[in-house]
Amino acid sequence: MVPSCPFIYIIRKDVDVYSQILRKLFNESHGIFLGLQRIDEELTGKSRKSQLVRVSKNYRSVIRACMEEMHQVAIAAKDPASGRQFSSQVSILSAMELIWNLCEILFIEVAPAGHLLLHLLDWVRLHVCEVDSLSADVLGSENPSNHGSFWNLVTILVLQGRLDEARQMLSKEADASPASAGICRIMGDLMRTMPILSPGNTQTLTELELKWQHWHEECERYLQDSTFATNPHLESLLKIMLGDEAALLEQKELLSNWYHFLVTRLLYSNPTVKPIDLHYYAQSSLDLFLGGESSPEPLDNILLAAFEFDIHQVIKECSIALSNWWFVAHLTDLLDHCKLLQSHNLYFGSNMREFLLLEYASGLFAHPSLWQLGVDYFDYCPKLGRVSLELHIERIPLNTEQKALKVLRICEQRQMTEQVRSICKILAMKAVRNNRLGSALSWSIRAKDAAFATLVSDRFLRDYCERGCFSDLDLIDNLGPAMMLSDRLTFLGKYREFHHMYGEKRFADAASLLLSLMTSRIAPRSFWMTLLTDALPLLEQKQVIFSAEQTYELMQCLEDLTSRRPVRGESDIQQLQDEDIETTKVEMLRLALARNLARAIIREGSLEGS
Amino acid sequence: MEEIYAKFVSQKISKTRWRPLPPGSLQTAETFATGSWDNEENYVSLWSIGDFGNLDSDGGFEGDHQLLCDIRHHGDVMDLQFFDQERIVTASSTGCVTVFLHHPNNQTLSVNQQWTTAHYHAGPGSPSYSSAPCTGVVCNNPEIVTVGEDGRINLFRADHKEAVRTIDNADSSTLHSVTFLRTPEILTVNSIGQLKIWDFRQQGNEPSQILSLTGDRVPLHCVDRHPNQQHVVATGGQDGMLSIWDVRQGTMPVSLLKAHEAEMWEVHFHPSNPDHLFTCSEDGSLWHWDASTDVPEKSSLFHQGGRSSTFLSHSISNQANVHQSVISSWLSTDPAKDRIEITSLLPSRSLSVNSLDVLGPCLVCGTDAEAIYVTRHLFS
Repeated sequence: MVPSCPFIYIIRKDVDVYSQILRKLFNESHGIFLGLQRIDEELTGKSRKSQLVRVSKNYRSVIRACMEEMHQVAIAAKDPASGRQFSSQVSILSAMELIWNLCEILFIEVAPAGHLLLHLLDWVRLHVCEVDSLSADVLGSENPSNHGSFWNLVTILVLQGRLDEARQMLSKEADASPASAGICRIMGDLMRTMPILSPGNTQTLTELELKWQHWHEECERYLQDSTFATNPHLESLLKIMLGDEAALLEQKELLSNWYHFLVTRLLYSNPTVKPIDLHYYAQSSLDLFLGGESSPEPLDNILLAAFEFDIHQVIKECSIALSNWWFVAHLTDLLDHCKLLQSHNLYFGSNMREFLLLEYASGLFAHPSLWQLGVDYFDYCPKLGRVSLELHIERIPLNTEQKALKVLRICEQRQMTEQVRSICKILAMKAVRNNRLGSALSWSIRAKDAAFATLVSDRFLRDYCERGCFSDLDLIDNLGPAMMLSDRLTFLGKYREFHHMYGEKRFADAASLLLSLMTSRIAPRSFWMTLLTDALPLLEQKQVIFSAEQTYELMQCLEDLTSRRPVRGESDIQQLQDEDIETTKVEMLRLALARNLARAIIREGSLEGS
Repeated sequence: MEEIYAKFVSQKISKTRWRPLPPGSLQTAETFATGSWDNEENYVSLWSIGDFGNLDSDGGFEGDHQLLCDIRHHGDVMDLQFFDQERIVTASSTGCVTVFLHHPNNQTLSVNQQWTTAHYHAGPGSPSYSSAPCTGVVCNNPEIVTVGEDGRINLFRADHKEAVRTIDNADSSTLHSVTFLRTPEILTVNSIGQLKIWDFRQQGNEPSQILSLTGDRVPLHCVDRHPNQQHVVATGGQDGMLSIWDVRQGTMPVSLLKAHEAEMWEVHFHPSNPDHLFTCSEDGSLWHWDASTDVPEKSSLFHQGGRSSTFLSHSISNQANVHQSVISSWLSTDPAKDRIEITSLLPSRSLSVNSLDVLGPCLVCGTDAEAIYVTRHLFS
């Protein structure tokens, strides 16, 4: 059984968020939050209200499930310190559920007079639950009516308005001691006849009030006649049922807190209380119960603020008392959906709901794992959500590609192109550094980053120049439409195509491709020498491949290349050697081109068939 | 589709796998393993769905899966496979491949064997050593094949300390997943949208076959082989597209089916009912593809030379029928003509469904919303 505890402890942040059990709370409530946001805005009136009440109950059941589990862990804890820690967590959760439940009754359910009291009774019964264990105790014993706590049990049943059960207990007493059978019966009758609003009942409030007045007077008469004088227990029960404050206060221990006192008081003195009158009773109940001995706890202040229908005060006090934004963020969001917070705006621009959600979501982003939940919360903050998300999402550490893919998907779904580019760039750089050129290329394709694609292609070309062959042919040969991303990449693809054509002996096609590569200027200047050298074997073939036109163009390119070469001054041995090689190459090319030109002219000049 | 039980487990689940049943066993699946990711401390856990004789009115709790045991795992669990009844192989984001051993008598897991530098960018000897995440692992007792972000393929054998065979730089991009075609052939998919078939009998570091889509080079994330027909392979891509390939013919997929709205993380043929396919995706949905078509009864009267002989023809036409059914319904499926029934199995959209596994009538899947879903009535 969960102990009811009126205290709220402030616990340091580092324990809270990372607790295994609280994570379930975060995850489940995330699902409920999303469901709430998607509730059709069109719905109004009763159906909307019932949906909102259902959402509220879902939240509460999640809190309760958490509480149960934590309670089990607390019991099973091996060392007392952690056991205590878990127990205090349990009491915090219990307090949260208590507050939430009250807010549901007052703000969401908006129960009218009459029904209000029924809800409040349920509320108290849910949270003061020693009754069940006591009841099991007493009923399980040989002779219930002789049990030490028998009268305590009956009293507490009366205090909670559970008159049917109280009557059953009294009948046991009647059976056990025939002497008091008579008065037990009378008391039982009184209990049975107390008018109470039942859910299906069609009586109006005034009817109920009238009946209740009659019943109250009947009880008064019994008191005057001292019917129950012989049995002090029954006498005090009667006084309780008359709503006598002194009698109620005598039962402080059984009541255990002021809000129980409040509800019992209302039950037996003003069952048709209207919501707006609640706060008078609340304040006075608190004062009477505490009796000047102790000062109100934070929880008491929160509940009082709720009875006064001061939602902002409730939220403010909760924010101060609790160390985690979870509770206030979700509660405020729900109340906002009930259209209860519209009128207030905070000074710094965004409204309270958004502020709290932003705080909560930022907290989630600080966790290595829960950041994914935070994304959805930011989505539903209209003013600052997107900006906050943009800032946070770039800072998530990405240690595997799979995580990076998830982050990128989140960004792409929200059209955050800047973030996509920057993340892809980081990943592409990492890939290049690790010599994973294929990965680098696929990242730059995803980000549509032409500049980076150029960088990668340059790397490939450089490798080719140095080693004479391409690494990662599987990538370059299969570029597909991605080739169009950058000029350099297109060149790379086309160059490989040239190699293929050459390999397949389609020389004419290869030749024109090679020429177009140079003349269209997509080949980088540094590569022209290599291209021209590739042209050599084509020029040296037995048959004439390049036409005269083409040969002229090739010569043009060669001239272009050589004329641009700077005149060297002082140079060392290595450079001289390089220069020698260069000059030899150029000479060979010139010779080949000249020969080809000659043959081409002759062939083109001759008549066909000769 | 009833009775799918969800349980929140306080860790994001990256992989779920059923423990294989002993061959010839009549039991249904009972135990599954999960791996977590993105935590400061990740765990490999074993769960049991136990035995529920009678479902009472609040059947919800009866169906819950219970944790049997777990063990700390360094790095994210990138992939997980059951090697045999007791051993689990995992691939880690630290580039390490680990074999865990389950001790059923005291319900614990322990590390049985580990290859810590299975995947790396710069080698262990070099000063700038950096590890690379191992992205996929597949087992075929006694062999284990792993692939990683470093584009490397490793072939390990249980109880051998060193790798039996390593293909360095098998791919210039990241290898996402691997599966066995026929031993000794494996098939890998990479992040430039290519399927590569490798034959371990051949020396050399070149794939024996490369297949890819023309058009956009969409990265492929998952691959699965048809359980009966070893040439039929299904892959899932980054754009959520499901492709069916016939590796014997051509280099193009046989069919492309537009499926999810985001990356498809896993695709599985049902091991005993291969007309059923399951996919899960980053968009939070899990789909069941049902391609089982009613094959119309072919007439058993087979006229030969004017004489109809029912007895003889029966066996011949039976043979014809058998030949017909061997052609996979996946390959012959024309999406326009034959209808594939697609059902979404999860009750509501959640965060990404990272992994799923099917065995008999049971399905398990894990999500980024830190929940595990189990159903024991897949075909009801």
